[in-house]
Amino acid sequence: MDDFLAARSQMALSLGFHIIYACIGMVMPFFMAVAHYKWLKTKNPHYQNVAKAWSKGVAIFFATGAVSGTILSFELGLLWPKFMQHAGPIFGMPFSLEGTAFFIEAIALGFFLYGWGKLNPAFHWFTGVVVGVSGLASGILVVAGNSWMNSPAGFDYVNGQYLNIDPIKAMFNNAWFAEALHMTLAAFAATGFAVAGVHALMIIRKRNVAFHKTAFKIAAVFACIAAILQPFAGDIAAKSVAKRQPAKLAAMEAYFHTTTPAPLLIGGVPNEKEKKVDYAIELPGMLSFLVHDNFKGEVRGLDTIPQQDQPPVAITHYAFQIMVGLGMFMMAVALLYFTALWFKKNWQVKNWLLKLFVAAIPTGFIAVEAGWTVTEVGRQPWIIQGIMRTADAVTPMPGIAYSFYIFTAIYISLSIVVIFLLYRQIRMVPVVYDKPEADLQLNHH
Amino acid sequence: MHYVIIIFLWLSILLYLVLGGADFGAGIIELFTPQPHRGRTRKAAYQAIGPIWEANHMWLVIAVVILFVGFPAIYSTMSIYLHIPLVVMLLGITARGTAFVFRNYDAVVDNMQKIYDRIFLYSSFVTPLFLGIIAGSAISGRIDPSATDFLHAYVYSWLNWFSVAIGLFTVSLCSFLASIYLIGEAANPVDAKEFIYKARVWNIVTVGCGAVVFIAAEAEHIPLVKWVFGNTIGLIAVILATLSLILLWVLVARGKTIFPRILAGFQATMILLAVTYVHFPNFIVLKTGNNLSLFRHQAPAASMNTLGWALIIGSVFIIPALFYLYYSFQKDKHREQH
Ligand code: HDD
Ligand code: HEM
Ligand code: HEM
Repeated sequence: MDDFLAARSQMALSLGFHIIYACIGMVMPFFMAVAHYKWLKTKNPHYQNVAKAWSKGVAIFFATGAVSGTILSFELGLLWPKFMQHAGPIFGMPFSLEGTAFFIEAIALGFFLYGWGKLNPAFHWFTGVVVGVSGLASGILVVAGNSWMNSPAGFDYVNGQYLNIDPIKAMFNNAWFAEALHMTLAAFAATGFAVAGVHALMIIRKRNVAFHKTAFKIAAVFACIAAILQPFAGDIAAKSVAKRQPAKLAAMEAYFHTTTPAPLLIGGVPNEKEKKVDYAIELPGMLSFLVHDNFKGEVRGLDTIPQQDQPPVAITHYAFQIMVGLGMFMMAVALLYFTALWFKKNWQVKNWLLKLFVAAIPTGFIAVEAGWTVTEVGRQPWIIQGIMRTADAVTPMPGIAYSFYIFTAIYISLSIVVIFLLYRQIRMVPVVYDKPEADLQLNHH
Repeated sequence: MHYVIIIFLWLSILLYLVLGGADFGAGIIELFTPQPHRGRTRKAAYQAIGPIWEANHMWLVIAVVILFVGFPAIYSTMSIYLHIPLVVMLLGITARGTAFVFRNYDAVVDNMQKIYDRIFLYSSFVTPLFLGIIAGSAISGRIDPSATDFLHAYVYSWLNWFSVAIGLFTVSLCSFLASIYLIGEAANPVDAKEFIYKARVWNIVTVGCGAVVFIAAEAEHIPLVKWVFGNTIGLIAVILATLSLILLWVLVARGKTIFPRILAGFQATMILLAVTYVHFPNFIVLKTGNNLSLFRHQAPAASMNTLGWALIIGSVFIIPALFYLYYSFQKDKHREQH
């Protein structure tokens, strides 16, 4: 494997791994806070059990998220030193604020995890909320770093020099709002569906039904709200891409030729040699509508982009299709669930609907990975859009392939251990939390 | 503003050395404790580091962020020429952080625990070893941007007697800090005695490693003696460290627990001060003589200003919260003990 490819793969692997933990770290505290709140209000012990069980899971994920994040902050330099040498001072602002957010999150988590029965209940609950809010803030801030790479701002690029640096302008770049909004919703949808699905599976299997029903409801409501909003946020993202990165949009839609009015392509196999897409379903005028809000607008194709500035088409296109397809599926499940809640109280836990939730367990995370593939591969060959090429940023050190193999092994083994631990947590639910009702009452008084 | 940033950088390195060091040290002590007694050491260590370990390793992240935002040339030079030890250190941090949580949060206790333990203990040793190696390499003058072959550019930059000796010194310093800290955490007088004994042993090892560092420096033609003793601040720092060591042992003998901790932290501070002051403002000493300085290689003023304000505002939020965290758990522990 050549060093450049190895460096890109290692970066993609580390980010792809980290984002899973980041999503969970951002979202689970809110689920816990709801369960915790309901427990404080109703004193129904199921809620406390759910909050406690989740907080154990969160501790496991937090550790993995924190170390993978630490790896990333070094990796940016280890793999892309020339990028960081110039970009660091410009896009560093959100990272330095993010440091604060992480720190507060870690402190609040310290209070939360060790505070059961020790802290004042209201303060204990509050620390849980702080974990969530600061986690979310750090996610939104770090996305600003990425959106700056897609939409560089806050400096003048003159003869290879980065002059008149303005870190605040760099942070508030054009792509940030769209990316941060879409990413935040994605975190809720992905984590929510994964958690709801696991509890749905337990209900189907008739294990500790009361415990799992409580957990399922909380996660499902969050997931479904996010899933319904997500396509709208995606539309905002697509419009923002069309403005700043026409090459990326063309690759997403596999548009080899500029077209007016532009149909939306669904599915299809991009044929890069003949510059056309085979077997796609065309919705006439839809892409023009998505980009320009009218059915007649022109959409630029790759023919307007010099060959050496074009991103890989097939990967970007497939990833985009996967994200949108899964997004539609999740929205459909969400609409069904809300219809169930609205009309017939008891369908919401009928087996077929629960089975849909089980099917949705991985969909959110697959969509997240696909979405990032669109964003990052679609930005190629640039590491800073239009300013610096990825190939010029890579470290001069040879042998990156070996480090890629080592990190791959680490990430694979970490994933296996985390799955194994969660499996054991779930298996222990009957022992730890499923005391008979009478018993619980006793404990309670 | 750049003085503010340099102070934050120095403080975050110091806090990582002292707090993170005690945390690593707890693992190293356990590693060198014979099997039958390990359980006790572990219990005391978990009690002590449990609630705050996560906050500890944030100091490192902050130092890294300060470097890449404020001193990007330093960050990228280290990333290129110290790539290998940085990767090893990262692997150590990863293995350690995850193994620690896994062993405390696994719902089932069985043979898996042994595996987590072993990973935790070995990585507790490897991580500070490589942290020390990286620090040593920064000042060893072995980093050579003009090198053309792999070994000189990427391996001898850190694989030399001096850097390795600093690595070992760091390991023993961490263990010393941890044993002093754990004296006060011991649940009963027998355990406390055990930690006092460990603290003595690690103190001797640390002094021994310190001597090895000077010998290695001689062997590598690094004028360490001149650096440390050739200026007043360095000299004063070393003298204060030595005096406070004597005081520390007197206090330990009298059964004090809090003061010795402060003194041990003070010693680490003096050691860091002595070695950083002589190079200041240089952060990396290069073989070519073109040293990387915190003055000449800083980011443009606008970046430094926003970074400085971000750090100041951040610490207004963090420091009270952190103190309250330490305070709550200290109080809690005392309540449990009585
Ligand atoms: C649950 C996850 C999820 C779902 C259901 C969707 N997305 Fe997405 N998408 C993401 C998760 C995601 C992401 C992983 O979070 C990305 C990567 C970068 C970002 O900001 O969000 C992303 C990026 C992303 C981009 C690129 C933004 C950029 O490069 O700046 C576009 C244009 C869309 N999305 C559009 C959509 C549309 C039209 C969807 C309609 C259903 C959709 N996404 C559903
Ligand atoms: C966590 C979610 C993210 C994922 C899953 C992700 C995914 C990827 C992928 C797949 C690549 C490889 C692209 C290629 O070479 O073809 C990549 C590259 C890269 N990403 Fe991201 N990314 C994420 C967020 C970020 C953020 C927040 C930043 C920075 C602040 C960032 C910085 C980079 C850099 C520096 C590269 C290497 C250069 C390049 O290939 O252009 N990424 N990422
Ligand atoms: C879109 C991409 C990203 C998002 C949404 C994100 C979000 C998060 C979140 C929520 C956490 C807390 C983890 C938890 O609670 O389990 C976290 C941890 C961390 N992330 Fe990321 N992150 C992203 C990419 C990055 C990148 C590119 C870097 C490096 C420059 C990074 C550095 C870190 C660090 C250092 C930590 C550990 C902090 C700690 O110890 O608490 N992250 N990230």
